[in-house]
Amino acid sequence: MISNQTERLLAGPRLDGEPERLDAHLARLGPLPHGDENRDLIASLEASGLLGRGGAGFPVGRKWRALAERRSGSAVVVANGAEGEPASFKDRTLMSHRPHLVVDGAILAAEAVGADEIVFYVGKEHESAVEAVRRAIGERRSELPLRTRLVQAPIGYVAGEASAAVHYVNNGDARPTTTPPRVSERGVGGRPTLVQNVESLAYAALIARLGERWYRSAGRSDSRGTALVTLTGPIQEQGVREIELGTTIGEIATEAGARIDRTQAVVLGGYFGTWAPARDAWDLPLDPAVMRSAGLTFGCGIVGLLPGDVCGVSATAQIMGFLAKESAGQCGPCLYGLRALGDATARVAVGGAGTGELEHIERWTSQIGGRGACHHPDGAVQLMASALNVFGDEFREHARTGRCSITGSRIEAA
Amino acid sequence: MDVRLRVDWIRCDGYGLCGDLLPELIDLDDWRYPIVRPGPVDAGLVHDAQRAVDCCPMKALVLESVDAGRRTT
Repeated sequence: MISNQTERLLAGPRLDGEPERLDAHLARLGPLPHGDENRDLIASLEASGLLGRGGAGFPVGRKWRALAERRSGSAVVVANGAEGEPASFKDRTLMSHRPHLVVDGAILAAEAVGADEIVFYVGKEHESAVEAVRRAIGERRSELPLRTRLVQAPIGYVAGEASAAVHYVNNGDARPTTTPPRVSERGVGGRPTLVQNVESLAYAALIARLGERWYRSAGRSDSRGTALVTLTGPIQEQGVREIELGTTIGEIATEAGARIDRTQAVVLGGYFGTWAPARDAWDLPLDPAVMRSAGLTFGCGIVGLLPGDVCGVSATAQIMGFLAKESAGQCGPCLYGLRALGDATARVAVGGAGTGELEHIERWTSQIGGRGACHHPDGAVQLMASALNVFGDEFREHARTGRCSITGSRIEAA
Repeated sequence: MDVRLRVDWIRCDGYGLCGDLLPELIDLDDWRYPIVRPGPVDAGLVHDAQRAVDCCPMKALVLESVDAGRRTT
């Protein structure tokens, strides 16, 4: 059983779909420290080791300091709760149940970096999160800057990318923009902008109250602290949990009712992530540093279990088809390359491809990365490359025989 | 000062002239979008690189200092 002490963001009342109200939040956690009480918050965040939880994992303290030390002008904070990753539920769960932690974090960020405007950017399809944040903002009017807005992010995978979020807030166009300039230099309204994932903000709110030593008291290895993860697959308890960093994938999977002998592979970090064989991943700690050194990604904390009787080629084709469709369509290598990759993978999956198709897939996979305004194509080919590693034999079997060895039958009938 | 080639991917429309003019540094993919060799441009190729930049119909190819601001995530 995972200890309840690892529940920090999710501590408190049961997650029953109801947002925690302000009075309950304050009774549980006490008032938010303001102004002078937070003089050292940025140093405290740096010392905590807290990493951004939107996917890229950039250190939160360093990001805030860079913005706080700018030369001039007031800044803007964007609390990013777009969560366009279809396999992730952690941001919407957090916002729906603990909206005041997110608001706390946004207020602290605005004070720390010198911002006089806050934008809560929440995925419009996450309706209960939108409502919870809207109500929380209403309850906190006196603490929030006058210029505080709730902007509903359009549905789309790239809508939560930092430059896309800023672009949407500015112009109603949720497509990434060319950088430089970075959003930290020229963002919302042309002003320096901190775009921070809502989970990161919520942890900042707890670190401001309890200190970095408290945050670092959890964690089993070098990476300290806790994190929200989303576990998906053929298990009884789908969904979001809060873990101590270093908890193994096998532990959370087993606790949810999964078995290693019935699990073929694991997709980590999300559609933007990497596949790993279940036997390699089972004892792997959910620790961003360890995962990175193993060539894997913590990303936004997704652990997706692929059962033994589902074809990995088909699962990959589905993900690649999705990622191709979610290209913002601005950059050629992403628009044409991902579409070609998705189509070719789908042909392999259904047994309608020759071996030449695999050469195309390998070549495109090696060519697309790093050739876009945002990292969407990079994430997609990273997932594809890991699929070729993990399911390589199955890809070749499909291409050579037109049959799937997982389902043991002609693929069309599977 | 070392310079390098950078593509503004949103502007680039895959005309592919850069690859035709500067095959030493730019390959083209199946859709004629450039694949630029990473790293600084050799001094002997800077003139040709500048010509490729000038010929881009979309003004999507840039020659810039290697320490120009890098994109963030």
